[in-house]
Amino acid sequence: MSTAQKVYTWLDERLGLTGIYNVVLDRKVPKVNWWFTLGSASLFLFVMQGVTGIFLTVYYVPSPDHAYDSIQYIMNGVSFGWLIRGIHHWGATLMVVVVSIHMLRTFYLAAYKYPREVTWLTGVVLFLATLSMGFTGYLLPWNQRAYWATTVGTEIPGTAPLIGPLVTRVLRGGADLSAVTLARFFSVHIWFLPAIIAATIGIHIYLVIRLGISSIPDKDD
Amino acid sequence: MAKSPHLSRREFGAILTAFLGTVIGAVVGLPAIGYIISPALKTQSKEAWVPLGPLDNYPVGVPTLFTFTRTKVNGWEKTVNSYGVYVFRKEGGEIEAFSNLCTHLSCRVTWQAEAGEYICPCHDGHFDTQGEVTFGPPPRPLDKYEFKIEDGNLSILLREA
Repeated sequence: MSTAQKVYTWLDERLGLTGIYNVVLDRKVPKVNWWFTLGSASLFLFVMQGVTGIFLTVYYVPSPDHAYDSIQYIMNGVSFGWLIRGIHHWGATLMVVVVSIHMLRTFYLAAYKYPREVTWLTGVVLFLATLSMGFTGYLLPWNQRAYWATTVGTEIPGTAPLIGPLVTRVLRGGADLSAVTLARFFSVHIWFLPAIIAATIGIHIYLVIRLGISSIPDKDD
Repeated sequence: MAKSPHLSRREFGAILTAFLGTVIGAVVGLPAIGYIISPALKTQSKEAWVPLGPLDNYPVGVPTLFTFTRTKVNGWEKTVNSYGVYVFRKEGGEIEAFSNLCTHLSCRVTWQAEAGEYICPCHDGHFDTQGEVTFGPPPRPLDKYEFKIEDGNLSILLREA
Protein backbone atom coordinates (compact mmCIF):
# COMPACT_ATOMS: atom_id res chain seq x y z
CA MET A 1 0.00 0.00 0.00
CA SER A 2 1.46 3.35 -1.00
CA THR A 3 1.92 6.17 1.51
CA ALA A 4 -0.91 8.16 -0.05
CA GLN A 5 -3.24 5.18 0.33
CA LYS A 6 -2.14 4.70 3.95
CA VAL A 7 -2.85 8.36 4.71
CA TYR A 8 -6.22 8.09 2.99
CA THR A 9 -7.12 4.90 4.85
CA TRP A 10 -6.12 6.48 8.17
CA LEU A 11 -8.25 9.55 7.48
CA ASP A 12 -11.14 7.56 6.02
CA GLU A 13 -11.37 5.40 9.13
CA ARG A 14 -11.76 8.53 11.25
CA LEU A 15 -13.67 10.90 8.94
CA GLY A 16 -15.77 8.52 6.88
CA LEU A 17 -14.66 10.05 3.58
CA THR A 18 -15.80 7.09 1.50
CA GLY A 19 -19.23 7.36 3.10
CA ILE A 20 -19.44 11.03 2.20
CA TYR A 21 -18.34 10.28 -1.34
CA ASN A 22 -20.90 7.52 -1.77
CA VAL A 23 -23.77 9.53 -0.36
CA VAL A 24 -22.97 12.97 -1.82
CA LEU A 25 -21.25 12.36 -5.14
CA ASP A 26 -22.00 8.76 -6.11
CA ARG A 27 -25.73 8.81 -5.43
CA LYS A 28 -28.13 7.22 -7.84
CA VAL A 29 -29.90 9.54 -10.24
CA PRO A 30 -32.57 8.83 -12.86
CA LYS A 31 -31.88 9.36 -16.55
CA VAL A 32 -31.79 13.14 -16.81
CA ASN A 33 -30.42 15.86 -19.09
CA TRP A 34 -28.32 19.00 -19.02
CA TRP A 35 -31.12 21.06 -17.50
CA PHE A 36 -30.49 19.11 -14.31
CA THR A 37 -26.99 20.61 -13.94
CA LEU A 38 -28.27 24.11 -13.17
CA GLY A 39 -28.43 23.54 -9.41
CA SER A 40 -24.75 22.62 -9.33
CA ALA A 41 -24.06 25.59 -11.58
CA SER A 42 -25.92 27.88 -9.14
CA LEU A 43 -23.87 26.50 -6.25
CA PHE A 44 -20.65 27.03 -8.17
CA LEU A 45 -21.66 30.61 -9.01
CA PHE A 46 -22.50 31.31 -5.37
CA VAL A 47 -19.06 30.08 -4.28
CA MET A 48 -17.41 32.08 -7.05
CA GLN A 49 -19.31 35.24 -6.08
CA GLY A 50 -18.29 34.62 -2.47
CA VAL A 51 -14.61 34.27 -3.29
CA THR A 52 -14.42 37.23 -5.68
CA GLY A 53 -16.54 39.28 -3.26
CA ILE A 54 -14.13 38.56 -0.41
CA PHE A 55 -11.29 39.69 -2.65
CA LEU A 56 -13.12 42.91 -3.58
CA THR A 57 -13.51 43.87 0.09
CA VAL A 58 -9.71 44.05 0.30
CA TYR A 59 -9.89 47.43 -1.49
CA TYR A 60 -13.53 48.50 -1.56
CA VAL A 61 -14.61 51.07 1.04
CA PRO A 62 -18.40 51.42 1.61
CA SER A 63 -18.50 55.16 2.18
CA PRO A 64 -19.72 57.95 -0.12
CA ASP A 65 -16.25 59.53 0.11
CA HIS A 66 -14.40 56.45 -1.01
CA ALA A 67 -16.72 53.93 -2.69
CA TYR A 68 -16.38 55.28 -6.24
CA ASP A 69 -12.66 56.07 -6.00
CA SER A 70 -11.83 52.74 -4.38
CA ILE A 71 -13.50 50.93 -7.29
CA GLN A 72 -11.62 53.10 -9.80
CA TYR A 73 -8.49 51.99 -7.96
CA ILE A 74 -9.53 48.33 -8.18
CA MET A 75 -10.11 48.73 -11.93
CA ASN A 76 -7.00 50.75 -12.80
CA GLY A 77 -4.52 50.58 -9.94
CA VAL A 78 -4.55 47.02 -8.66
CA SER A 79 -3.11 44.11 -10.66
CA PHE A 80 -5.97 41.98 -12.03
CA GLY A 81 -8.51 44.13 -10.18
CA TRP A 82 -10.45 44.40 -13.46
CA LEU A 83 -10.52 40.59 -13.60
CA ILE A 84 -11.77 40.04 -10.04
CA ARG A 85 -14.43 42.74 -10.36
CA GLY A 86 -15.33 41.60 -13.87
CA ILE A 87 -15.94 38.04 -12.66
CA HIS A 88 -18.04 39.36 -9.77
CA HIS A 89 -20.02 41.68 -12.07
CA TRP A 90 -20.78 39.12 -14.78
CA GLY A 91 -21.08 36.30 -12.27
CA ALA A 92 -23.87 38.23 -10.56
CA THR A 93 -25.86 38.53 -13.77
CA LEU A 94 -25.18 34.91 -14.66
CA MET A 95 -26.26 33.74 -11.22
CA VAL A 96 -29.65 35.44 -11.54
CA VAL A 97 -30.07 33.85 -14.99
CA VAL A 98 -28.98 30.37 -13.90
CA VAL A 99 -31.01 30.38 -10.68
CA SER A 100 -34.08 31.54 -12.64
CA ILE A 101 -33.74 28.82 -15.26
CA HIS A 102 -33.13 26.27 -12.48
CA MET A 103 -36.40 27.35 -10.91
CA LEU A 104 -38.28 27.22 -14.23
CA ARG A 105 -36.95 23.72 -14.93
CA THR A 106 -38.15 22.56 -11.50
CA PHE A 107 -41.54 24.10 -12.20
CA TYR A 108 -42.03 22.78 -15.73
CA LEU A 109 -40.90 19.26 -14.79
CA ALA A 110 -43.15 19.31 -11.69
CA ALA A 111 -40.19 18.46 -9.47
CA TYR A 112 -41.61 20.59 -6.65
CA LYS A 113 -44.33 18.04 -5.83
CA TYR A 114 -44.48 15.56 -2.92
CA PRO A 115 -42.13 14.83 -1.21
CA ARG A 116 -40.05 17.81 -2.39
CA GLU A 117 -42.21 20.74 -1.29
CA VAL A 118 -39.69 21.93 1.30
CA THR A 119 -36.90 21.79 -1.27
CA TRP A 120 -39.02 24.08 -3.44
CA LEU A 121 -39.75 26.44 -0.54
CA THR A 122 -36.05 26.75 0.38
CA GLY A 123 -35.47 27.33 -3.33
CA VAL A 124 -37.91 30.23 -3.20
CA VAL A 125 -35.88 31.73 -0.35
CA LEU A 126 -32.68 31.24 -2.34
CA PHE A 127 -34.21 32.84 -5.43
CA LEU A 128 -35.41 35.90 -3.51
CA ALA A 129 -32.08 36.16 -1.66
CA THR A 130 -30.25 36.00 -5.01
CA LEU A 131 -32.35 38.88 -6.37
CA SER A 132 -31.71 40.80 -3.13
CA MET A 133 -28.00 40.26 -3.61
CA GLY A 134 -28.32 41.85 -7.03
CA PHE A 135 -30.31 44.76 -5.63
CA THR A 136 -27.94 45.51 -2.73
CA GLY A 137 -24.80 44.97 -4.81
CA TYR A 138 -26.04 47.39 -7.46
CA LEU A 139 -25.71 50.38 -5.11
CA LEU A 140 -22.15 49.67 -4.02
CA PRO A 141 -20.27 51.26 -6.98
CA TRP A 142 -21.92 54.56 -5.91
CA ASN A 143 -22.00 55.90 -9.45
CA GLN A 144 -24.92 57.68 -11.09
CA ARG A 145 -26.59 54.48 -12.20
CA ALA A 146 -26.25 52.94 -8.74
CA TYR A 147 -27.56 56.03 -7.00
CA TRP A 148 -30.62 56.51 -9.19
CA ALA A 149 -31.41 52.81 -9.48
CA THR A 150 -31.52 52.60 -5.70
CA THR A 151 -33.51 55.81 -5.46
CA VAL A 152 -36.13 54.22 -7.70
CA GLY A 153 -35.81 50.76 -6.16
CA THR A 154 -36.38 52.03 -2.63
CA GLU A 155 -39.19 54.33 -3.80
CA ILE A 156 -41.21 51.43 -5.27
CA PRO A 157 -42.16 49.76 -1.95
CA GLY A 158 -43.12 53.26 -0.76
CA THR A 159 -46.21 53.09 -2.98
CA ALA A 160 -47.64 50.23 -0.89
CA PRO A 161 -50.52 51.36 1.33
CA LEU A 162 -49.94 52.07 5.03
CA ILE A 163 -46.51 50.52 5.55
CA GLY A 164 -44.97 51.63 2.24
CA PRO A 165 -43.32 54.84 3.45
CA LEU A 166 -41.92 53.02 6.48
CA VAL A 167 -40.42 50.30 4.29
CA THR A 168 -38.70 52.93 2.16
CA ARG A 169 -37.26 54.59 5.25
CA VAL A 170 -36.08 51.27 6.66
CA LEU A 171 -34.39 50.37 3.37
CA ARG A 172 -32.69 53.75 3.19
CA GLY A 173 -31.96 54.09 6.87
CA GLY A 174 -33.74 57.45 6.88
CA ALA A 175 -35.62 59.70 4.51
CA ASP A 176 -32.79 60.09 2.00
CA LEU A 177 -30.33 57.94 0.16
CA SER A 178 -27.20 58.54 2.20
CA ALA A 179 -24.04 57.12 3.69
CA VAL A 180 -26.34 55.16 6.01
CA THR A 181 -27.98 53.54 2.97
CA LEU A 182 -24.65 52.60 1.44
CA ALA A 183 -23.36 51.12 4.71
CA ARG A 184 -26.47 49.02 5.33
CA PHE A 185 -26.67 47.81 1.73
CA PHE A 186 -23.03 46.76 2.03
CA SER A 187 -23.67 45.00 5.32
CA VAL A 188 -26.70 43.15 3.96
CA HIS A 189 -24.78 42.31 0.78
CA ILE A 190 -21.75 40.78 2.47
CA TRP A 191 -23.13 39.46 5.81
CA PHE A 192 -26.89 38.98 6.10
CA LEU A 193 -27.70 37.61 2.65
CA PRO A 194 -24.63 35.37 2.25
CA ALA A 195 -25.35 33.88 5.69
CA ILE A 196 -28.99 33.27 4.75
CA ILE A 197 -28.04 31.83 1.36
CA ALA A 198 -25.32 29.56 2.76
CA ALA A 199 -27.61 28.18 5.47
CA THR A 200 -30.50 27.69 3.05
CA ILE A 201 -28.24 26.00 0.49
CA GLY A 202 -27.29 23.60 3.27
CA ILE A 203 -30.94 22.61 3.81
CA HIS A 204 -31.65 22.59 0.07
CA ILE A 205 -28.75 20.24 -0.72
CA TYR A 206 -29.47 18.05 2.30
CA LEU A 207 -32.97 17.53 0.95
CA VAL A 208 -31.73 16.87 -2.58
CA ILE A 209 -29.40 14.19 -1.22
CA ARG A 210 -32.01 12.76 1.16
CA LEU A 211 -34.86 12.60 -1.34
CA GLY A 212 -32.94 12.09 -4.55
CA ILE A 213 -33.95 13.96 -7.68
CA SER A 214 -37.17 13.35 -9.50
CA SER A 215 -37.14 11.79 -12.93
CA ILE A 216 -38.54 13.52 -15.99
CA PRO A 217 -42.32 12.96 -15.99
CA ASP A 218 -43.56 10.75 -18.80
CA LYS A 219 -46.91 10.71 -20.60
CA ASP A 220 -48.70 8.85 -17.81
CA ASP A 221 -47.61 11.13 -14.98
CA MET B 1 -13.37 -8.26 -16.87
CA ALA B 2 -9.71 -8.09 -17.95
CA LYS B 3 -8.01 -4.78 -17.45
CA SER B 4 -7.57 -3.03 -20.79
CA PRO B 5 -4.12 -1.55 -21.40
CA HIS B 6 -5.83 1.58 -22.69
CA LEU B 7 -7.25 4.44 -20.67
CA SER B 8 -10.79 3.80 -19.62
CA ARG B 9 -13.45 6.44 -20.18
CA ARG B 10 -13.46 7.14 -16.42
CA GLU B 11 -9.68 7.40 -16.17
CA PHE B 12 -9.63 9.78 -19.11
CA GLY B 13 -12.36 11.87 -17.45
CA ALA B 14 -10.44 11.96 -14.16
CA ILE B 15 -7.18 13.04 -15.84
CA LEU B 16 -8.93 15.66 -17.96
CA THR B 17 -10.75 17.03 -14.91
CA ALA B 18 -7.52 17.21 -12.89
CA PHE B 19 -5.73 18.92 -15.78
CA LEU B 20 -8.47 21.48 -16.43
CA GLY B 21 -8.80 22.06 -12.68
CA THR B 22 -5.10 22.82 -12.42
CA VAL B 23 -5.22 25.18 -15.41
CA ILE B 24 -8.28 27.02 -14.06
CA GLY B 25 -6.72 27.12 -10.57
CA ALA B 26 -3.56 28.70 -11.96
CA VAL B 27 -5.40 31.14 -14.23
CA VAL B 28 -7.49 32.35 -11.30
CA GLY B 29 -5.08 31.76 -8.41
CA LEU B 30 -2.01 33.56 -9.73
CA PRO B 31 -3.88 36.80 -10.55
CA ALA B 32 -5.45 36.58 -7.09
CA ILE B 33 -1.99 36.66 -5.50
CA GLY B 34 -1.03 39.60 -7.71
CA TYR B 35 -4.26 41.34 -6.75
CA ILE B 36 -3.43 41.11 -3.05
CA ILE B 37 0.23 42.09 -3.15
CA SER B 38 0.38 44.61 -6.04
CA PRO B 39 0.08 47.79 -3.89
CA ALA B 40 3.11 46.58 -1.92
CA LEU B 41 5.18 46.36 -5.09
CA LYS B 42 4.63 49.95 -6.17
CA THR B 43 7.36 52.16 -4.80
CA GLN B 44 7.70 55.86 -5.34
CA SER B 45 11.28 56.86 -4.76
CA LYS B 46 11.77 60.56 -4.32
CA GLU B 47 14.53 63.02 -3.54
CA ALA B 48 13.77 66.56 -2.53
CA TRP B 49 15.50 69.47 -0.87
CA VAL B 50 13.29 70.71 1.95
CA PRO B 51 13.93 74.28 3.15
CA LEU B 52 14.15 74.65 6.91
CA GLY B 53 14.35 78.46 7.00
CA PRO B 54 17.17 80.81 8.04
CA LEU B 55 19.92 79.23 10.08
CA ASP B 56 19.47 82.09 12.56
CA ASN B 57 16.15 80.53 13.64
CA TYR B 58 18.07 77.71 15.28
CA PRO B 59 19.76 78.58 18.59
CA VAL B 60 23.31 77.37 19.15
CA GLY B 61 23.71 74.49 21.62
CA VAL B 62 20.05 73.47 21.81
CA PRO B 63 18.57 70.81 19.50
CA THR B 64 15.54 72.46 17.86
CA LEU B 65 12.70 70.67 16.15
CA PHE B 66 11.47 71.66 12.71
CA THR B 67 8.35 69.91 11.42
CA PHE B 68 6.91 69.75 7.95
CA THR B 69 4.48 67.61 6.00
CA ARG B 70 4.60 66.07 2.57
CA THR B 71 1.89 64.29 0.64
CA LYS B 72 2.04 61.25 -1.55
CA VAL B 73 -0.55 59.07 -3.22
CA ASN B 74 -1.50 55.75 -1.64
CA GLY B 75 -4.19 53.84 -3.49
CA TRP B 76 -6.92 56.37 -4.38
CA GLU B 77 -5.97 58.86 -1.68
CA LYS B 78 -3.33 61.41 -0.84
CA THR B 79 -1.58 60.59 2.39
CA VAL B 80 -0.10 63.44 4.42
CA ASN B 81 3.05 62.36 6.20
CA SER B 82 4.62 64.53 8.88
CA TYR B 83 8.35 64.75 9.37
CA GLY B 84 10.46 66.09 12.21
CA VAL B 85 14.06 67.26 12.00
CA TYR B 86 16.17 68.16 15.03
CA VAL B 87 18.68 70.82 14.00
CA PHE B 88 21.62 70.93 16.37
CA ARG B 89 24.12 73.79 16.01
CA LYS B 90 27.22 73.12 18.03
CA GLU B 91 29.36 75.80 19.67
CA GLY B 92 32.11 75.37 17.05
CA GLY B 93 29.72 76.16 14.19
CA GLU B 94 29.23 72.52 13.23
CA ILE B 95 25.66 71.50 12.35
CA GLU B 96 23.77 68.20 12.54
CA ALA B 97 20.25 67.47 11.29
CA PHE B 98 18.71 64.37 12.89
CA SER B 99 15.54 62.60 11.91
CA ASN B 100 13.22 62.31 14.90
CA LEU B 101 12.31 58.74 13.92
CA CYS B 102 13.51 56.31 16.56
CA THR B 103 15.74 53.70 14.91
CA HIS B 104 14.09 50.99 16.99
CA LEU B 105 10.52 50.86 15.66
CA SER B 106 9.90 54.34 14.22
CA CYS B 107 8.15 56.15 17.07
CA ARG B 108 9.09 59.83 17.39
CA VAL B 109 11.85 60.85 19.77
CA THR B 110 11.74 64.18 21.64
CA TRP B 111 14.59 66.23 23.00
CA GLN B 112 14.39 66.29 26.81
CA ALA B 113 16.45 69.28 27.92
CA GLU B 114 16.67 68.27 31.59
CA ALA B 115 17.98 64.80 30.67
CA GLY B 116 20.12 66.18 27.87
CA GLU B 117 18.95 63.34 25.63
CA TYR B 118 16.50 62.41 22.92
CA ILE B 119 14.03 59.98 24.46
CA CYS B 120 11.59 57.70 22.68
CA PRO B 121 8.32 57.23 24.60
CA CYS B 122 7.52 53.83 23.14
CA HIS B 123 10.30 51.62 24.50
CA ASP B 124 12.46 54.12 26.39
CA GLY B 125 15.26 54.42 23.85
CA HIS B 126 17.76 57.21 24.66
CA PHE B 127 20.10 59.06 22.30
CA ASP B 128 22.71 61.68 23.17
CA THR B 129 23.28 65.02 21.39
CA GLN B 130 25.39 63.24 18.78
CA GLY B 131 22.50 60.85 18.08
CA GLU B 132 24.36 57.91 19.63
CA VAL B 133 22.35 55.32 21.57
CA THR B 134 22.94 55.60 25.32
CA PHE B 135 20.14 53.38 26.61
CA GLY B 136 17.42 51.04 25.48
CA PRO B 137 16.69 48.89 22.44
CA PRO B 138 17.56 51.11 19.41
CA PRO B 139 20.01 49.21 17.18
CA ARG B 140 21.77 52.24 15.66
CA PRO B 141 22.23 56.00 16.08
CA LEU B 142 19.61 58.50 14.91
CA ASP B 143 19.59 58.98 11.14
CA LYS B 144 21.21 62.17 9.86
CA TYR B 145 19.96 64.25 6.94
CA GLU B 146 22.33 65.59 4.35
CA PHE B 147 22.02 69.38 4.43
CA LYS B 148 23.22 72.56 2.74
CA ILE B 149 23.29 76.23 3.63
CA GLU B 150 22.66 78.81 0.92
CA ASP B 151 22.48 82.54 1.71
CA GLY B 152 22.09 81.66 5.38
CA ASN B 153 19.14 79.35 4.68
CA LEU B 154 19.23 75.72 5.78
CA SER B 155 17.87 72.89 3.61
CA ILE B 156 17.90 69.14 4.09
CA LEU B 157 17.85 66.40 1.48
CA LEU B 158 14.83 64.16 1.93
CA ARG B 159 15.34 60.72 0.40
CA GLU B 160 12.51 58.24 0.24
CA ALA B 161 12.82 54.70 -0.98
